[in-house]
Amino acid sequence: MRRTAQYSGLPLWLFAPAAAAALFIMLPIVAMATRVEWSQFVSLVTSESSLQALELSVKTSTASTVVCLVLGVPLALTLARSAFPGQGLVRSLVLLPLVLPPVVGGIALLYTFGRQGLLGRSMDVLGIQVAFSTTAVVIAQAFVAMPFLVVSLEGSLRTAGRRYEAVAATLGAKPTTVLRRITVPLVLPGLVSGAVLSFARSLGEFGATLTFAGSLEGVTRTLPLEIYVQREANPDAAVALSFVLVGVAVVVVGLARRSKEHL
Amino acid sequence: MRGAVVAATLFALGSGSACGSADDGSSSTLTVYAASSLIVAFTEIGKTFEDSHPGVTVKFSFAGSSDLVAQLQQGAPADVFASADAANMEKATAGDLVEGAPVDFASNTLQIAVPPSNPASISSFTDLTDPDVQLVVCAPEVPCGAAAQQVAAAAGETLTPVSEEQSVTDVLGKVASGEADAGLVYVTDVLAAGDSVEGIPFPESREAVNTYPIAVLADGASSLAQEFVDEVTGPEGQRVLHDAGFADL
Repeated sequence: MRRTAQYSGLPLWLFAPAAAAALFIMLPIVAMATRVEWSQFVSLVTSESSLQALELSVKTSTASTVVCLVLGVPLALTLARSAFPGQGLVRSLVLLPLVLPPVVGGIALLYTFGRQGLLGRSMDVLGIQVAFSTTAVVIAQAFVAMPFLVVSLEGSLRTAGRRYEAVAATLGAKPTTVLRRITVPLVLPGLVSGAVLSFARSLGEFGATLTFAGSLEGVTRTLPLEIYVQREANPDAAVALSFVLVGVAVVVVGLARRSKEHL
Repeated sequence: MRGAVVAATLFALGSGSACGSADDGSSSTLTVYAASSLIVAFTEIGKTFEDSHPGVTVKFSFAGSSDLVAQLQQGAPADVFASADAANMEKATAGDLVEGAPVDFASNTLQIAVPPSNPASISSFTDLTDPDVQLVVCAPEVPCGAAAQQVAAAAGETLTPVSEEQSVTDVLGKVASGEADAGLVYVTDVLAAGDSVEGIPFPESREAVNTYPIAVLADGASSLAQEFVDEVTGPEGQRVLHDAGFADL
């Protein structure tokens, strides 16, 4: 509220391209909304295959977010708080899934966890088969989503600084205590928004899943893959499901913003 | 000065439109929308066509037939459309996109694709129903998947694939990498994939013969487009298609 009276300091001409940019992003969503068969919306999105895909998407995205937290939090802490040779390189490489086309990620995962892959061959001997399983979907999602958590958390860690941690340590707190009582509470907003973004990215994962995990109803066919298949047979269902995904994305982005602002 | 510019512009426009409508050897472009499975054959036919029509450039857009129809429905500029199945051509004719009647020019049947070493020792269609075999097929929504279901139904077998892919390329990828033990794709796909997969013909495949129709598009340069269609259906075009694995009609 208090912002309205403030002087923005921006030249007026800037508002035209800014409005164009906002429109550029919003217009396609609006255009899609006009194509949704609202009278059939409920029946389209509650069909057996749609519900299965939605359920699978939520389950796998939750699992991959947990994987991201368990592995990504220690990685972000190590990158932000310690120094080791090659740290810059590791930091850059960890970001790779952000910029790689997902299909490339899928191919890479195939050669790692696939039946003929680097790890897959030994896992096959142990009787673990990842290919075409729900586990493969979670692996693909965690691979593409992990950087969101690491980047978000590392940024928060750097902004928070080390002052309180140092004070706690001089007062005799052990490293684990400092981590639990000082560091994590300090960066909690960044951690939550990172986790929410990872969840959102997992929910939208398509290319790596299609390449690496395959597509079978109830096992590996998540919502984006279901949309892709339906586009062929039932375009109305594809548009309706797309809109469900847009809705979920809006909620998730909203949550991530709130956690940044209020926590 | 300004008059001269206007005159030059008008002249350029005039000669430009002449290029578009006549095929008298002046430079023009023919745009062909063709199903992905036609890449090898049509690229070669396009080269022959360019050689026999000096000044003509043939541009191809290869994609899944349903994607191509969707683009045509949205007004994509093209002169010729070659579909991998009758259903998608029907969509085009229903939308008044086609001039005249489509002509069938080739047919394709399914074949079993296995990794080069054939790890699961597949030799017949019945072998695919073994629960230990990791079978990958196209989703029933796409033509190759519909054909697979048709063959299975005719043979009285039930297929339990580990994945139902969106396209032939995805099926081949899973087989070539050894992820899957077998896949069902078209004969031409196995040939185009070269050494990365091995093809196993099976007699039940004749239960689902896929026919490819081609048509001149209503908004296109019709006389040149018709000549291209004639090239495809003519002896030279048919020979190229035959070499790519397509069956004669």
